[in-house]
Formats: sequence, C-alpha cells, structure tokens
Amino acid sequence: MNKPLASLGLDHATRRAFLKVGLAAGGGLLISFSVPLEAQAEDGEGVSLNAYLRIAPNGVVTIASKNPEIGQGIKTALPMIIAEELDVDWSAVRIVQAATDSKAYGSQFAGGSTATPLNWDPMRRVGAAGRAMLVSAAAQTWAVPEAECQTSAGVVRHGPSGRTLTYGTLASKAASLPAPDLAKVSLKDPKDFKIIGHSKGGVDSPLVVAGKPLFGIDVIVPGMLYAVYEKCPVFGGKVVSANLSDVVAIKGVRKVFIVKGGEELNGLLDGVAIVADSWWTASKARKTLKVVWDEGPTASQSSAGFAARAIELSGQPGGKSLRADGDTNAALTGAAKVVEAAYAYPFLAHATLEPQNCTADVRGGKAEIWAPTQVPQRGAALVAKTLGLAEADVTVHMTRCGGGFGRRLNNDYMVEAAKISQVAGAPVKLLWNRSDDLRHDFYRPAGWHFLKAGLDGSGKLIAWRDHFITFGAADKFAPSADMSGTEFPARLIDNCLIEATLMPCGVPTGPLRAPGSNALSFAFQSFIDELAHAAGKDPVAFRLELLGAPRPIGKAGELIFDTGRARGVIELVAQMSGWGAALPKGEGMGVGFYFSHRGYFAEVVKARVAPEGRITVEKVWVAGDIGSQIINPTGAENQAQGAVLDGLAEALGQEIVIEAGAATASNFDGFRLLRMPQACPVEVRFLKTDNPPTGMGEPALPPVAPALCNAIFAATGHRVRRLPIDTAALKWT
Amino acid sequence: MVYKIKVNGRVRQVDVDGDTPLLWVLRDSLELKGAKFGCGAGFCGACTVHLNGAPIRSCTRPIQTVGDASITTIEAIGETALGRGVQRAWLDHDVVQCGYCQAGQIMSAAALIKTHPQPTDADIDAAMAGNLCRCATYLRIRAAIKDAAGAAVKGA
Repeated sequence: MNKPLASLGLDHATRRAFLKVGLAAGGGLLISFSVPLEAQAEDGEGVSLNAYLRIAPNGVVTIASKNPEIGQGIKTALPMIIAEELDVDWSAVRIVQAATDSKAYGSQFAGGSTATPLNWDPMRRVGAAGRAMLVSAAAQTWAVPEAECQTSAGVVRHGPSGRTLTYGTLASKAASLPAPDLAKVSLKDPKDFKIIGHSKGGVDSPLVVAGKPLFGIDVIVPGMLYAVYEKCPVFGGKVVSANLSDVVAIKGVRKVFIVKGGEELNGLLDGVAIVADSWWTASKARKTLKVVWDEGPTASQSSAGFAARAIELSGQPGGKSLRADGDTNAALTGAAKVVEAAYAYPFLAHATLEPQNCTADVRGGKAEIWAPTQVPQRGAALVAKTLGLAEADVTVHMTRCGGGFGRRLNNDYMVEAAKISQVAGAPVKLLWNRSDDLRHDFYRPAGWHFLKAGLDGSGKLIAWRDHFITFGAADKFAPSADMSGTEFPARLIDNCLIEATLMPCGVPTGPLRAPGSNALSFAFQSFIDELAHAAGKDPVAFRLELLGAPRPIGKAGELIFDTGRARGVIELVAQMSGWGAALPKGEGMGVGFYFSHRGYFAEVVKARVAPEGRITVEKVWVAGDIGSQIINPTGAENQAQGAVLDGLAEALGQEIVIEAGAATASNFDGFRLLRMPQACPVEVRFLKTDNPPTGMGEPALPPVAPALCNAIFAATGHRVRRLPIDTAALKWT
Repeated sequence: MVYKIKVNGRVRQVDVDGDTPLLWVLRDSLELKGAKFGCGAGFCGACTVHLNGAPIRSCTRPIQTVGDASITTIEAIGETALGRGVQRAWLDHDVVQCGYCQAGQIMSAAALIKTHPQPTDADIDAAMAGNLCRCATYLRIRAAIKDAAGAAVKGA
C-alpha cells in the first residue's frame, strides 16, 4: 500500500524552495522563492534522531510535521521551530507529513488555534535535542568537551581548533547516542533566531501551483471504486426502502445498498450507497435512486420556528445561570440610562472548497484510510468502533485538506467511506457533491441574545444582562452552542448576569472557525457600540474606559484576560486607521475588539453605504497581539487577512436556512462566499508583547463583523442586530 | 463511447459517456488531478482549464462538446513563460493557504494576462470573480497577478 502515498508525493520529501525576505519598495513584505529545486539532491535514507528528525549524509534534514495541514500553514510553522533549534539552514530542510501515530507524536489535530501554544516549547525541545546529540557526537569524535563546540547552519565547529564536521557526517554516530532529557536541553536565545520570525513560504506551495495531487480528493488506490452516499435531507432520517434494483441495473454501477446507521449525528447515519466504476457514473445514478425516508422528529423544525420560540423564551426566566456577579437587576433599576436590544445570528455552513471525501480500503479485518481530516486519531477510533475493528487495525493517512474551518473535526464522511468499502469488499473513494456538503454539515449554531445594560450618570457601564437563547437538551448545550461566563465584557462589570435557555434542536451543530466568538463578538461588540453612543462617548474611548488600567483579570481556574493587551491593540488600531476622522453621511468607521483563542484583536472597518443600502467595505485595519513571537510572519498575515475577509463574508451574506428539518441551500448560489471584487484591503500589524506565542487560525475573525456593523451605524444611523446584514433595511436619504 | 481529446499537447483517448464533464475525464480517466471539483455547477472555478486558450469551467463542459479543441490544464501551464511567471508570482507572494482553489485561480489569471497584459483592478475583478477562494487569499492573488503581468510585459 505504499504506491498511493507515492502518488500523493507524501512519502517523498517536499522539494523545498529557498526564500529571501526583504522589504518591498512600498513597505510590504516581499518574499522570493529561488527555485523549487527539482534537481536538488534527494534526502536519501539517512538516520533518524527521533520521530521528527532524519538527517542524510549529504546534510539534508527531513522533518516530520505532525499535525494536519488545513491551510493554516502548520506544515511550515512547526518544522520552522524544530529547524531553528536544530540550527540548520531552512534550505537544507525537507518536510514530510507525519504518520498518524499517537505513540510517536502524541495528539495530532488541527483545531482551536492550539498548535502554536501547545507545540511551541515541545518542538523547540525536539530540535534542541537533535542539536545536542550532534554536538555530543562531534565532541566524542574529537575527544573535546561539548562546551567547546558550537553549531551553525548544519555544522558543528570546535572553537579552539577550528575543526568542523557537518551534521550529515555526524548523523550516524549521533543516532547511536542516548536521547537527551527534553526538559534539560538548552534552547536558543530568541535574539539569535534565524528562521523563527522570518517569513517562509508554504512548504507545499510549489507543488500546489504545479497542480500536484496533494489533497484527499486526489488519492488513487489501485483497483478502487467510486461511491456516493444518499442520506435523508431531514437530519437523522432513516431509510425505509429504496429502488436498489433500478439503480444497480445502470451500466457502470457495481453495487447499491442500504446502510443502517446509528443515532449519533456525527457518526454513521442511515443512507444508500451507490458504488460504481467512476464517480460521474455513481453521481448520475443518484438521479434514478428513489428512497422512502422516515424523516423522524426533526422534520417539524425550522429556522423560523426556532426564531419564534427564542422570542417566546426570552420573556421567561433564564434556564441556566452562566454568571451572576453583583445585583444586576437592582443596578439596572438604579441606572441613569438603560439600553435594551435583541441580537440574532443564523446557522452557517463551513463550505470547505474541497467537498468531504475519503478513500478507504477495508478488507480482511483491517482498514486503511486516506482522508482530509482535522482529527485523524479520533477518526480512526470512530471507524474502529463503528465497523467493529481493533483500533490497531485502522490506519489513517493524513492528506492535505482543502480547507478545514472546523468542518473536518467531524469524521462522518470517513466512517461512511469505511463502511461502504467494507460492504463493497473493495477500496472505495467516497466523494460528496456540494449539495451533500451544504445539507449535511455541522452548522455554526444560530443564537439569540436579549441584552440589557445600565449606564450611570457619567455614562459608565454599571450593569450587563444577557439572556442567551441557544440549543441543547435539558441542561446540556448542543455542540458549539455553549458560552462561557467569562466572555468579554464579563469580569469587567460589577453587576453581570448571564443566563442561557436551551431549545431542543435536531440540526447537527459544531465548531466553525473561532467557534463561539465568531457569533458572540457580533452581539456583544455591537451592543457595546450602542452603549457608547447612549453614553455620548467615542466607541474607542468607551472601550478603553471599560477595560480600565492594564491588569490581568480572572479567578483561579478561569482563562486570564489581560486588559493591558486589549488596550494595546485597540490603541494601535485606532492609530493605524486614523480613528475619529470626520466622514460624510453614507461613510463610517466602526471598531470591534475580541479576545478569542488566546489572541487579542482589534479591528476597524471603513465602509460606505449607498442610499439604496448597498454596502462597500473600503478597508479593514487589524491590530493583533499573539505574544512575543510571530513564528512565520507571512503566514500570520495571510491568516489574518483571510480570517477578516471570511468574517466579512459571514456578515454580508451567509445564512443556512432550515425548513422542514432540512437545509435549503444546495450550492454556492445559495450560500455565498466572498469573491474577488468584494475583497477590500486589509492592513495587519502585530504588537509583540512578552507573552507565549499563540495561534492565528481563528482570533482575527471575530472582531470584523461588529466593526462592520458599527461602521454601518456610523454611516447611516441604522443599527444591525441580525446577521446576515439586510441591506434593504439600510436605505437612507 | 470513445473520444479523442487533445490535452496538454497530447492526443488522449478515453471511453466514457458523452455527457461526462471534461473535469472527470481529466481527473479520473487521465489522472490529471490538478483541476479540482468544488461545486459541479460553474459557481466556484476550481475546475478551470483552458480550451483553445480561453478559461472554461470543466465541471460543466461535456466531453462530447470538446471536439478537437486544445485543452491545457494546470499541469502544463508552466510550459509557457507566462504560465511559469504566474506560478512564480504565486510563490513570491506566498498566496496559498489550503491551496485547493489555486489551480483554477492560476488558470484564470494566466488567461487574463494573455488578453490583458496590464490588467487594471477592474479587469482583475471581472476575470477572477468566478473563482472562489474559501481561505480568501484574494489580496495576494491580486498582487501576484499584477506582478506576473508586470514581469510578462518586461520580458516581452
């Protein structure tokens, strides 16, 4: 089974491109690749110093990247950390995707912007351990003290004698030495970093621009068949019967069968599999397939029904207390001014551009799987459990993912492919179409916030109440429909009451990029803008006043929030954007700040609203604080710009509507992604602070939607309290 | 039915139904995986290839209508100086995030620069509006197109 991997280029070292970084004339970042060096020496066999490092006699260093690559740039960033501490030239590094192997690599996943904070220190130690072994090998060879040896660019040098040995020469000897204690290896002083903090292009980009097969959808397994899987449009519906014999009679169709699934929405669900010689044949055969479904109880649910019920529930006491500081009701009664508003946001799909797919070969009690997944280890466990295999008999190969955004934290498509292969008795590639993808997602849950706040005579915020209407059964939130009691601005206001009421929901929900905060930020940062205006204060000044003096806040066991870091990015973005400039009617600037996934981001949007309501976003300024090091500046900027444009797209036009228990969207005409003409300039700056480095996949997204809505208010006087923005409501004269 | 089509300068023979979209002939019959499936309806542009030099959505183009037209895919775009320049500009600007749409973006960009050697922002908006990038790398795509066009003009 090594052939398919070879076809993906995954078991060969990626041909690295060498980069130069400098400042372009306009002050922007200029990155130049010298060559994807086709002619460059292969890495050869070499020897492994540990699970991550292999060094060939010619000095080529192969580094395994342990986590899935979903477009967040981790396949570049984690090896950069290792290479830095190993002390090699980046041009000598080749990168391979690690196998899924919890014994060798621990947890391997892409989610929650966690790779940087979880791996920053461990990956440094992996590289440093390799360097320590090479230094020991050199010192033993020369019979000199290790302390007299230094390293640089893949060479150990004995200071007093000036002798040198390359890592390639030393590798075999080093590999025979005991591995050092990772806790005790010495790490570089960050001021000596030559790779970390210097922009490196995506390691697979030369292959991407050449159209090489890297993605799950590109996998070829010899003898494989192609499958489609028809599920009930109503979530959780069951198959009653299907005209299997009509479908199997179609030329090129090999097998058609009913799969009985379970009750878990993120596991194997009921459906009908069509297995054919080609995907096109299988896909066309779906038009002949007629299934009688038992739609089940979710058929009575709809977006409109949830919204109506949320309003009913808002009039009743909150079901679940998330925070109760001070006496909020008394403070509201005594307030000089009370502001009340209801905010709502819809279900959203992920719409990864690579539709869900998986290639599986389940024969003889073993499963081999190739999948674009954010959680390969969890996928292996799900397949083993559902198919009744031992987990040791399930191998999951991580392919590059054509987008993740949280969608591939669920492995429903993986278990479907595995089951279909098991029944078909052949390797099978399952590929969903776009309609399958939009109609069988784990949606960002819709939500409703009934907010009430009080200001004292000086315009100070003294009370905050949120009745959050969301989804769940009894006391248990539906996936990603929860909220912590520490969401900004909680902990900054003495009287703070946050309650949640849960509605039952048969629609599958799950994390979407910046889960929780992608929606909460819209509600809270828009409402704070309302409060600033009610207080007669500038929205930036009002936020700074709310934050108060720089200090860490949070009780023991809570996530600590640093008001100083928040102030830092808000002040920076105000300065970058020329905040406070007078603008003509129809133009406005709005600010948003959020603390999400350990990152502090403040953003200003400048928008224009035409009298008939059409919105043009002119520019977005982004100030972020993700700690002391930006591991790969070009990657961080790309993530920030992408997240901001993603957030704008959500606010401007995205919504998944549920009718009669099913999603109505079927393609990109109904679920609109941002397109080139709408992509406004996004200027990004990072404030480096003396804090541990944190991730970039998510935290730049949440502030932009409220910043846009606040800009619309500044431009038109219309307050947007429901997403996506209804431009018809923004007309002005 | 057997069709002969000209792909990347070679005549290739495939035996498929006449309504099979060119995309699936390229991907599954000819194992050219560069053109991608995103929507199957011409909304996303991930499947963009050139037909006699013009960008088309291969997911909605039945094989039976291709005839003797010359098809170029991402796998061969680097064989021209212009195509190579576009690929280089993509790397220089570190455009790629997930990368899934980028083959289609590059094919649309190369076709744009061929007909508009010095594209304006409006030209770029018009030519690239049909290519979705879910990671929203549009700013770098725009910059890369301008660079590639500039290099192509200088080189001419």
